[in-house]
Amino acid sequence: MKFLEIKNLNLEVNGSKLLDNLSLSLKKGMVYAVVGPNGVGKTTLGHTIMGLEGYRSFRGDILFKGESIKDLDIYERAVRGITLAWQEPARFEGISIEKFISSSGKNISPDDVSKILNDVGMEPETYRRRAVDKSLSGGERKKVELASILAMKPELVILDELDSGIDMETIKNIFKAISYLKSSGSTIILITHSQAVLKQAEYAFLMCHGRILKEGKTPSISKYFSRKCLPCDHKNVPEE
Amino acid sequence: MDEKNLVEQAGISNIIDDENTASLIINRDRVTSRNTVPGLTVDTENIKDGVKINIALKDNTTIERPVHLCFGVLHKKAVQIIKLNLEMGQNCSMSVYSHCVFPFAEDVTHAMDATIKIGKNSKYEYLERHIHSEEGGIKVIPRASVTLEENSRYKSEFELMRGRVGLIDMDYEVFCKSYSVMDMSVRISGRGDDKINIKETGNLIGEHSKGALTSRIAVRDEASADIYNKLIATADYARGHVDCKEIVRDNATANAVPVVEVKNPRAHITHEASIGSVDSKELQTLMSRGLNEEQAVELIIEGLLS
Repeated sequence: MKFLEIKNLNLEVNGSKLLDNLSLSLKKGMVYAVVGPNGVGKTTLGHTIMGLEGYRSFRGDILFKGESIKDLDIYERAVRGITLAWQEPARFEGISIEKFISSSGKNISPDDVSKILNDVGMEPETYRRRAVDKSLSGGERKKVELASILAMKPELVILDELDSGIDMETIKNIFKAISYLKSSGSTIILITHSQAVLKQAEYAFLMCHGRILKEGKTPSISKYFSRKCLPCDHKNVPEE
Repeated sequence: MDEKNLVEQAGISNIIDDENTASLIINRDRVTSRNTVPGLTVDTENIKDGVKINIALKDNTTIERPVHLCFGVLHKKAVQIIKLNLEMGQNCSMSVYSHCVFPFAEDVTHAMDATIKIGKNSKYEYLERHIHSEEGGIKVIPRASVTLEENSRYKSEFELMRGRVGLIDMDYEVFCKSYSVMDMSVRISGRGDDKINIKETGNLIGEHSKGALTSRIAVRDEASADIYNKLIATADYARGHVDCKEIVRDNATANAVPVVEVKNPRAHITHEASIGSVDSKELQTLMSRGLNEEQAVELIIEGLLS
């Protein structure tokens, strides 16, 4: 049984085809990357797997551990172990980092929160009482997002552009957290157009114009991506 | 017995036994306990249905521990009127925690009329915490006029800790002289047929004065909220910000009117207001972590009101 199987996914929004008969399958416990230039549908794919608002009316099917999740809402998918880290994480006025992290998992103790914060490179005593609001920088917010995912211990996690707008030190912490997630048995989808992030994956899918153009082990996709897609020389329309 | 019950309800039983902490406990129209500390004078006088209070702080006095005021009514039906006159001298500092306790109210009116003067270089912090009945049979009608002398600071917070709003009809006006700073915030959650009327006006009349008015309101069921925040800047380099956020659910209604009036080209005031349902991205983020919709909304509102 495949861990995640996407079958002939088609999604149109306001007359634009965002996903075009897309199919892929994932095995449990692997780190995958979905790469491609801006606008090819990578984030749309992530949002569709998570079942976000506006991404539920698609044709085709998504099977998670053999069962269709097409009709499940976000919460029901999360209960089954699927989660998503947003490219631009939400900010929550008045909710402390500790509360945010502990709400994401079951029976999370203050000590667990400290450990998780350390795992993402945040000093617990400096951060646990701070709010998840606009006082945090983009990098800090990304790390808090990742910390809440570590607390959740998901089976499948989609990390969308986790390196955008953050410094090298933060990226190192994020890569460390990805290793930790993998070692805990999570299956990871990295949505990216960064070579550095792509290298964290074992297997990659190259998207173009809402389709999977190529897939394979990361080095081969990385090579093709850097030569043919950056910059995209065919205006985001797949070469035949 | 009533006094004990009142302070227990307010959660300040340990405070009134502490001789180093100033306190004043009023049950309906009767002063049941009072303690003062050096530099602070508290005089009271019975009036019809209530108590008139004069609080004075001598120049150069710093009250280290917060002063606790407890205004409560344990009856189901009653009227309580508080007339408060508070005058702080120069170079003073004091925090006041006001506990307004109406845990059994079915038809209770609590009306407060306050005049507050904060002396030059003084700092005054006022935290008002309410405990109401679950039936919402309470009308809270506070009025206050606050004057900040030069380089003084005023910070106030109003929060409903427990029970239903009933009716809150608040009208506060603050006058800020030069280099003074005011910071007023209100956080209330309404449900059932609660009515929340908040009117706060800040007058930035002194040069370099600053003011912030913040409202965080959540309403559900048939509750309604009308928030009228107004900042008027007439002085050079006055700075201010009005910030109102309301979350509306079910059949509740909310109006927010942030009014900004600038009568001096060197002054600058900003405002922001948002009314509506819970932010979709916040909601979806929490749901993607395994909270159901109700739990996610509760957490977002808890944060907003914290």
